[in-house]
Amino acid sequence: MTSDPHTRADTSEPVHKLACTPLRFAGAQFQLYNTGALYWPAQGTLIVSDMHFGKAERIARRGGPLLPPFGDLDTLARLDATLFVTRPDRVISLGDAFDDDAAGHALPAAIRNRLHAIADATDWIWITGNHDPGAPDLPGRSLPQLHESGFTFRHIAEQGPDISGHYHPKVALAGRTLRAALLGRDHLILPAFGSYTGGLPSTHPALKTLTAPGVAYALGPKILRVPLRT
Amino acid sequence: MISQPLPPRAKTPLSPAISAWFAAQGWTPHPHQLDLWTVTGDALLIAPTGGGKTLAGFVPTFSALCEERHQGLHTLYVSPLRALSNDIARSLRAPVAGLGLDIRIEDRTGDTRQATRRRQRVDPPHILLTTPESLALLLSYPEAPRIFAGLKRIVVDEIHALAESKRGDQLMLGLARLRHFAPDLQVTGLSATVEDPPALAAFMGGATVVAADPGPRPDIAMLPTTHAPPWSGGGGRYAARDVMDAIAQARLVLVFLNTRAQAELFFQALWEVNDATLPIGLHHGALSREARERVEAAMASGALRGVVCTGSLDLGLDWGDVDLVIQVGAPKNIKRLVQRIGRANHRYDTPSRARIVPANRFEVLESVAALEAVQQGALDGDPRGPGPLEVVCQHILLTACAGPFDADALFSEIRSAGPYHTISRAQFDDCLEFCATGGYALRAYDRWQRLMQRGDLWQLRDPRAARVLRMNIGTIVDSEKLRVRLRTKRGAGGALGEIEESFAATLTPGDSFLIGGQVVRYEAMRDLVVEVSPDPARTPKIAVYSGTKMATSTQLSARVQALIGDRAHHGALPQDTGKWLELQARISALPERGVLLVESFWRTGRAYSCFYGFAGRNAHQTLGLLLTRRMEDLGLGPLGFTATDYALLIWSVDPVGDPEAILDPVGLRDGFAHWLGENAVMKRAFRTVAVIAGLIQRNLPGTRSSGKQATFSSDILYDTLRRHAPDHLMMRLTRQEATRGLVDFGRIEAMLADTNTVHHVQAPHVTPLAAPLLLESGRVSIRGGDGEARMLEAEAARLMAEAGLQDLEAEIMAGGGQAPAPLPAPAVSTPPPKPAKRAKPRRRTAPPAPRN
Repeated sequence: MTSDPHTRADTSEPVHKLACTPLRFAGAQFQLYNTGALYWPAQGTLIVSDMHFGKAERIARRGGPLLPPFGDLDTLARLDATLFVTRPDRVISLGDAFDDDAAGHALPAAIRNRLHAIADATDWIWITGNHDPGAPDLPGRSLPQLHESGFTFRHIAEQGPDISGHYHPKVALAGRTLRAALLGRDHLILPAFGSYTGGLPSTHPALKTLTAPGVAYALGPKILRVPLRT
Repeated sequence: MISQPLPPRAKTPLSPAISAWFAAQGWTPHPHQLDLWTVTGDALLIAPTGGGKTLAGFVPTFSALCEERHQGLHTLYVSPLRALSNDIARSLRAPVAGLGLDIRIEDRTGDTRQATRRRQRVDPPHILLTTPESLALLLSYPEAPRIFAGLKRIVVDEIHALAESKRGDQLMLGLARLRHFAPDLQVTGLSATVEDPPALAAFMGGATVVAADPGPRPDIAMLPTTHAPPWSGGGGRYAARDVMDAIAQARLVLVFLNTRAQAELFFQALWEVNDATLPIGLHHGALSREARERVEAAMASGALRGVVCTGSLDLGLDWGDVDLVIQVGAPKNIKRLVQRIGRANHRYDTPSRARIVPANRFEVLESVAALEAVQQGALDGDPRGPGPLEVVCQHILLTACAGPFDADALFSEIRSAGPYHTISRAQFDDCLEFCATGGYALRAYDRWQRLMQRGDLWQLRDPRAARVLRMNIGTIVDSEKLRVRLRTKRGAGGALGEIEESFAATLTPGDSFLIGGQVVRYEAMRDLVVEVSPDPARTPKIAVYSGTKMATSTQLSARVQALIGDRAHHGALPQDTGKWLELQARISALPERGVLLVESFWRTGRAYSCFYGFAGRNAHQTLGLLLTRRMEDLGLGPLGFTATDYALLIWSVDPVGDPEAILDPVGLRDGFAHWLGENAVMKRAFRTVAVIAGLIQRNLPGTRSSGKQATFSSDILYDTLRRHAPDHLMMRLTRQEATRGLVDFGRIEAMLADTNTVHHVQAPHVTPLAAPLLLESGRVSIRGGDGEARMLEAEAARLMAEAGLQDLEAEIMAGGGQAPAPLPAPAVSTPPPKPAKRAKPRRRTAPPAPRN
């Protein structure tokens, strides 16, 4: 669903002034950043989802509009900033890191080299997504999902408790639309980390079923909590 | 009225069959019709409503077809309204039958069935009735040269309306293309009364102007009302009973209002005083097509006595026998008022009757000024600038859909179109570069160019792209609309109309609003349909669902300013209005030409400054945003402002000491460039430009139903470009777009250029002219640096508290089955200290699981 641009939040600053908020899910303690990343201090793990590298390239390849080719740079800048602050030992990407497998292989050298360096510096786990079912040609392990500490990391929410992405959740707040992480009893759904990503409103039946009643964390310059009603 | 010299009237070169048919009907052609038929090249007919324009436009076609059979498409008729095509097809049936012509007349619009459209491409009718968008679509097919090779004539109806928007620019580019296919083409433009016929002829690429006798002067006056108009507000509810009485005394009355919301409210107000239960209908663009068609049919059959309407009835056929037009609210625009007046009594030789009901005291002034303008035959309108380049971008892409093209040939073709006579090769090349490579310094798309040069010709790299490009044809970029349906016991019921999605986004279940003359309660949004239920309440909680407001024209604003400033003239005003201005002159001063009056006064501990700019609502709004920002920089603590068509009122903690300094044009222009860059209206201008130029594709195969978002906000693209490529073609076009329309910075510049002196009055208290502004709704409060964040925070806190969710959240956070954890601290804006570095966790591999 699209909405009028003037009601949209500016979510595109490459690096927000970082803000974060504590969040508990399934007995574990996390830090949610307003870049859209989730940090798990006990495991030294940073979790990001739906980075969609190569999206502009894929749209162009299919004969679509030639979007400003800076989206990946901005996504990388946000990732860099979050890594700098959290300094994780491990990064879990919850899928759709690449807009498709071909996009993953066709990244411009500049983007590719930086991503390679980042992935090489930590223990990197690429959970596969519906956009990128194959393993990327980058350091790290590629897994369909990962069970740990009593919950599952996967791309699309299934049997909870799990931490997932896929839906690009957003919430409407005071006439604006903001990216959001949705916290329900059984599911924690992260927003898309990539620049050129649309979103699904938290009121959509698919998301309501998974997370309501619960809480949405709306990501702006600050992080705001909003109820998710059934 | 401008009269055009014409060659001495020759004998009408019409077929004898036509003359005989006219005689049989007992019709004598009007002089302007005869003049039109004498013109051999392109012609522009200017005639008031009811002048028999459309039939006149077709007569040469009938004449030619009587003389000689024609193979394939002979005449193309283009109008701004789809519905008009249907009506024209119907009204041409009689003359075609009467003349015994064996020809096919078909329409082709967005409503035409797919199979019919395909057939039309293979076997076009003799006369095709269409819209600018459908024509652009036809021209994008490879078979276009064949379809149009034998085309003889084009009739463009309501060309004055098309010329006011980018649809006209697109149509003129299409006409240039058609002239290339059919060099001996004759174009006939049909226009209502306009202020500058030669300019409209130039827009057509040059044409002989045929001006009809404007007919008798209209009988137009203010409607006498029982009560004086209120000091502020719009809608004219105070005069509902007076309007009702006027309806009761007439045959059929059209009551025009300026916005859909006002039309809804006035319709409701009329019903409350409709003691005789006269049949009254409501007609506006947000109503469903069925609802509008019902009203149109009822008008035509004489079943209605009054119709409350908006611009939705400005164009098109005359429905029914209207004998009185009532304009409620300021006319805003003299030309439009004249065109509306023409809706009454469409017999060409008797005066039209119209009455004006000003909604407030300021509008009394505007109404008097407009009445004088109509009596003097003065019209308004802004000169048309050169055609916008985003339309050229779309034209280039659509040309490529039809087949490979030569850039030099396309450039000279585009230059032959009226709006693009002055386009430079560099500008054209910019557009071509944008279409081909995106136009970024970073050459990211060398492999995936949209257009490729093969040999000397440009073509689509991927021919499959043509489908999506065709799905996105057009220059109308509305905000997204959602359908509204009544929820019934059996599920979704009838369609009531549409509301803007941004308005829908602000609704919560239980909110009530007006649509289709009834108060409804918002229930839910399901599959992009807004479901509502009837609400017995008489007063809706929220009435306004249209954000855009039309600003008063430059000429009419100047007339209002002159009227206020000229005390000798005040005798023409109603007595209470005259006294109001007299009091103003005594306490402060009267605004006049060349002098920008600024008043400062204190009220309830706040410093007020009122700027009488007479530059229109949109420009004042922009000025308000700019000035308050400068006041913020000066530490004056601006708190809010109200913008109307005449003035801008700002309130602040400290007074504005030197208004001249903060109005300095250089500083304003600076502020405009820097600050508006982040503004929502600028983003809206960007979206319009980017959609037309093909950078954003609104329509993609299958996205509307898939639920998941395939597109993303245009704001992201705007911000990305602003950061990385601020001089990209799209950004340059966005800045141009912003000098007009909603931002209207051009009028601020013009107002400042016209100002010789700033007259600053320190008034002892609120002044008579400023008082109504204090009562205006639609105030804009200033958001400080983090004001917006505070607003969001407050809203989130309110929602959490209202939902009683604090406890629930604690429970969820505690995790399944565990004891509730203490409430987390409120969101903090600094990252916590980094935990001590630990050993790498043990690597674990999850067992593979089936994925879906």
